[in-house]
Amino acid sequence: MRTVAVVGASLAGLSAARSLRKQGFDGRLVLIGDEPHRPYDRPPLSKEFLSGAVGEADLALEGDDEDLDAEWVLGSGAVALDRGDRSVRLADGRSVRADGLVIATGAAARTLPGSEGLEGVHVLRTLEDARALRDELASGGRLVVIGGGFIGAEVASTARGLGLEVTVVEAAAAPLAGPLGVRMGGVVSSLHALHGVTLLCGVGVKALSGRRRVEAVLLEDGRSLPADAVVVGVGARPCVDWLEGSGITLDNGVRCGADGSTDVPEVVAVGDCAAWYDPAAGGHRRVEHWTGARERPALAVTALLSGGTAAQQPPRPPYFWSDQYGVRIQFAGHAALADSVTVEEGTEADRSFLAVYRRSGVPVAVLGVDRPGPFTRRRRQLSSTAAAPPTVAPAAPMSSHGP
Amino acid sequence: MIPVCRLADLPRGEAYRLESDPPVAVFHTDDGEVFAIDDTCTHQDASLSDGWLEGCEVECPLHASRFDLRTGSVDAPPARLPVRTHQVLVEDGMIYLALSEAPPNLPPCGVARLCGGAA
Ligand SMILES: Cc1cc2nc3c(=O)[nH]c(=O)nc-3n(C[C@H](O)[C@H](O)[C@H](O)COP(=O)(O)OP(=O)(O)OC[C@H]3O[C@@H](n4cnc5c(N)ncnc54)[C@H](O)[C@@H]3O)c2cc1C
Ligand code: FES
Repeated sequence: MRTVAVVGASLAGLSAARSLRKQGFDGRLVLIGDEPHRPYDRPPLSKEFLSGAVGEADLALEGDDEDLDAEWVLGSGAVALDRGDRSVRLADGRSVRADGLVIATGAAARTLPGSEGLEGVHVLRTLEDARALRDELASGGRLVVIGGGFIGAEVASTARGLGLEVTVVEAAAAPLAGPLGVRMGGVVSSLHALHGVTLLCGVGVKALSGRRRVEAVLLEDGRSLPADAVVVGVGARPCVDWLEGSGITLDNGVRCGADGSTDVPEVVAVGDCAAWYDPAAGGHRRVEHWTGARERPALAVTALLSGGTAAQQPPRPPYFWSDQYGVRIQFAGHAALADSVTVEEGTEADRSFLAVYRRSGVPVAVLGVDRPGPFTRRRRQLSSTAAAPPTVAPAAPMSSHGP
Repeated sequence: MIPVCRLADLPRGEAYRLESDPPVAVFHTDDGEVFAIDDTCTHQDASLSDGWLEGCEVECPLHASRFDLRTGSVDAPPARLPVRTHQVLVEDGMIYLALSEAPPNLPPCGVARLCGGAA
């Protein structure tokens, strides 16, 4: 393999590039990204960056003296893949031919149809989104967050910390029920009320009103919420349009084996755009969490360099964290597999506890709320049992870091 | 030298957090060695004694940067600065610590917990 192209220059792409070099690939390495920026970190965009506690320089994902000996092609996205000679066509007309390909194009924020062009309406995925929202929040006022998922909840928390009046609208009966289950989703979401943020559940948004600038959010039940700004946090869709017609199977992301390999040889996919086969869940799952985008590329690169012949450990169970209202939430495993949840340390009422999710008595997930030490121990145990997963029936779709 | 705890009270694979200012994490590795580093991750306010100890490395419990317990060096961002190491002496079954005089690499301001989001 003489040339490897990595498409998507963010966390998953950078992690893949690092793994390529670490695993001895010394050929030509090309990183292609449609954003003009070097890789930056997204989690702070809803937290410390949004609050102003850290600046843009703090978002850099590369080390100060890191040199991957790579060619960076930034500011022009891939528009097509020619599977025949594995060349990636770019928006500006250039084309990059490669022997091996890593797809790491991530996901883009979903928008609310009809809200385009209305001032004061934001999504949050990119640095530009975050700058615009940060400037908006600086003027204070009333913020309505549409979607009670993690990003929505974190924005609500940060905005509240900045003194805004905040309402979160969630269409489902309970927020975070997908990633955490109904009961724990409810416990975590109760943080909103504790910190003076109004949470409305089980009601959809009908429309946004306002001429040039948003003025109110109209709900399905007829209520109207006055708003100086709106954040739409209704999840993300995988950026895989450019692969249509390439012969690579797409099914809510790039469909991959348990090591990131696609159905096309010498092509692997990683990060938020990739739906890896998850043996524990018994199906393909797109995991939209930071740690998956950071860790899994090492496995995918091993598969790429070995032509898929290397025997590999399955990835560690999905893990994510979220910081809301100064409370640290950590979760690992699959909530959807569980038939019971028990609080094993602390209490829900104190919002400081450790909960273990089990299926037929076997731990399948763990939630830590302000309990990092015990959480890490449980997460470790989960990883060692995950190496030999219990056989379980396919579960409901696992949800992601988006709502 | 500051006495930390008895070696017998710190099983292999475990860590002890010394409530000094800043706090120090003392690790007893599976191979039986004892190391001490600043407890606070250089990225954000996470306690490395809560981390995932593997060989001579500890993985931050929050964002998985790995620190070498011998040198303090970090393998990859998000943490970008090494963590300060301290000298350890085990004598008569007791662990002692000589605090480093180098300046610590503490995170900007306990970022996530104190500045971001707390209402
Ligand atoms: C605001 C926010 C907060 C978050 N907080 C947390 C958190 O607290 N905890 C957690 O676990 N996770 C969190 N996440 C999720 C985490 O950031 C993602 O899982 C991670 O960024 C995924 O990395 P990725 O490289 O796969 O995708 P992305 O980061 O989406 O990067 C994909 C890159 O590919 C580029 N691209 C797309 N299409 C093309 C194309 N056709 N050609 C070239 N380039 C292309 C994109 O512009 C982008 O630069 C958060 C995400 C956001 C947005
Ligand atoms: S707090 Fe340690 S890596 Fe982020």
